[in-house]
Amino acid sequence: MEWLETFWATYSTLALSVGTNILLALSIYLTLACGLLTVANAAFMGIGAYTAALLTLNAGAPFGAAVLAGALLAAAAALAIGRPTLRLSGVYLAMATLAFGEVVRILILNAEDLTGGALGLNGIPQLAGAVHVLVAVAAALAILLRLAHSRFGRAIAAIRQDEIAAELLGLDVGAYKLFCFVAGAALAGLAGALNAHFTFFIGPSEFGFERAVEILAMGVLGGVASPWGAALGAALITLLPEMLRGLGHYRPLINGLILILIILYSPNGLWDLVRAAARRARAARAGTPC
Amino acid sequence: MLRLASVCLHFGGLRVLEDVNLEIPERGIFGLIGPNGAGKTTIFNLITGLLAPSAGAVEFFGERLDGQPPHRIVRRGIARTFQNIRLFRDMSARENLLVAMGGESGGIARALLAGRGRDGEARRRARAEELLARVRLGDKAETAASALSYGEQRRLELARALATGPRLLLLDEPAAGMNAGEKRELMSEIVKLEESGLNIMIIEHDMGFIMNLCREIAVLNFGRIIARGAPAEVRADPQVIEAYLGRDEESAAKP
Repeated sequence: MEWLETFWATYSTLALSVGTNILLALSIYLTLACGLLTVANAAFMGIGAYTAALLTLNAGAPFGAAVLAGALLAAAAALAIGRPTLRLSGVYLAMATLAFGEVVRILILNAEDLTGGALGLNGIPQLAGAVHVLVAVAAALAILLRLAHSRFGRAIAAIRQDEIAAELLGLDVGAYKLFCFVAGAALAGLAGALNAHFTFFIGPSEFGFERAVEILAMGVLGGVASPWGAALGAALITLLPEMLRGLGHYRPLINGLILILIILYSPNGLWDLVRAAARRARAARAGTPC
Repeated sequence: MLRLASVCLHFGGLRVLEDVNLEIPERGIFGLIGPNGAGKTTIFNLITGLLAPSAGAVEFFGERLDGQPPHRIVRRGIARTFQNIRLFRDMSARENLLVAMGGESGGIARALLAGRGRDGEARRRARAEELLARVRLGDKAETAASALSYGEQRRLELARALATGPRLLLLDEPAAGMNAGEKRELMSEIVKLEESGLNIMIIEHDMGFIMNLCREIAVLNFGRIIARGAPAEVRADPQVIEAYLGRDEESAAKP
């Protein structure tokens, strides 16, 4: 078992990052699945991270309560901005949520007394372990999978494909969108709260535009066909740079190239590719030519 | 049953509908015709809540509809089809119908709490089979909507509108793009629906289709109702003839 310990000592942060990134990918999956292009998830992650970290650091709150508060505050922020912004669609919604993300980042940067400003928060107790992250990921995946295969999943798929037709068939499109946006924010807040408690340090730059785009990339790469796709996208985006470590300077180049190729050949996301492969394998086993 | 009282719709200076008054009685098929751009589909959009009137009221069985969101209006019993087909293309024929039965089964909270197979799912599936059989798509339940032929897609859209459980069905050019045989089939289907107690309002350009089917017709031109009555009366109305054919130069030249 010694190798396991060495392995864990080296890769624990990476493994935990995969976990929190899966939560982030699931958070954007929720909005993408009903056809919303939002990029506020990095900000929601930041709200969760700062809320939870401040509570454990300054108020001595129990870890569980701090994490819960982080997720809830992110959800509350989403509820507040969701009502006016979700009426927008397409690029306009992306712009509005992007602006919100910047507002959050600048607020964190300037509320120095509370957040430490640009210096960030240091010495956050390392309370989040593999078990916490694993439980959070498993629970989020289980709930979203159950939802995806229910009447709810069917409704959001309909909204994604034609929201006017869905509304005219009696679906309260606004309520579905708001629910997905708020639930996604709660997940992002949860990811941020967990993440803050194993990285020791958080700063405002971690929750800016780059992170927002990274989250979006995980969601788009995975596709909206299933929550599994989001998980796969998150794992790939997190692990690919590590696997390409041997390439030295060429790493970002090859990393980008691989992502472009995946999107080119599977525009509906990785999960679509996996499902197609599974179908072909089943057909081959059944002996019918495909 | 349905009443439009002094309905106006303006977009800035553009007057799309001007003082439209329509009272549609219960039973019987009601036709709405008029040249392109007269505002026919706009009237459907007003009834279904996609647009709000600038002035006037829309009432359905005595209840105000204007100002209500579309999904509430659907739940009060108004369903429609679209001029250009709007099916959920990636979903199977059956799923298209199941989505439409989601609204009547309660809102988002119920949908969230209900698991697979529970909460009336079996009942909804049975109803979907029934509707598919009714529009002769019984063997296409699993087929993706995008893989259906044009005529089949039109029939599926009709079934999907019926799946919401309407009291009033609005059909926006249901016969568009159909051949003569398909049109005859559609006509007998619409007659059957009317006989089963459904109120029906149709927009259609095919005059033969509409004259045969409707008990009453209203003619819309440039956002105003210019005539209303039985098909024979409407056909003979000089204003209608003018709207469709224009007037001859001689009479136009007179002051």
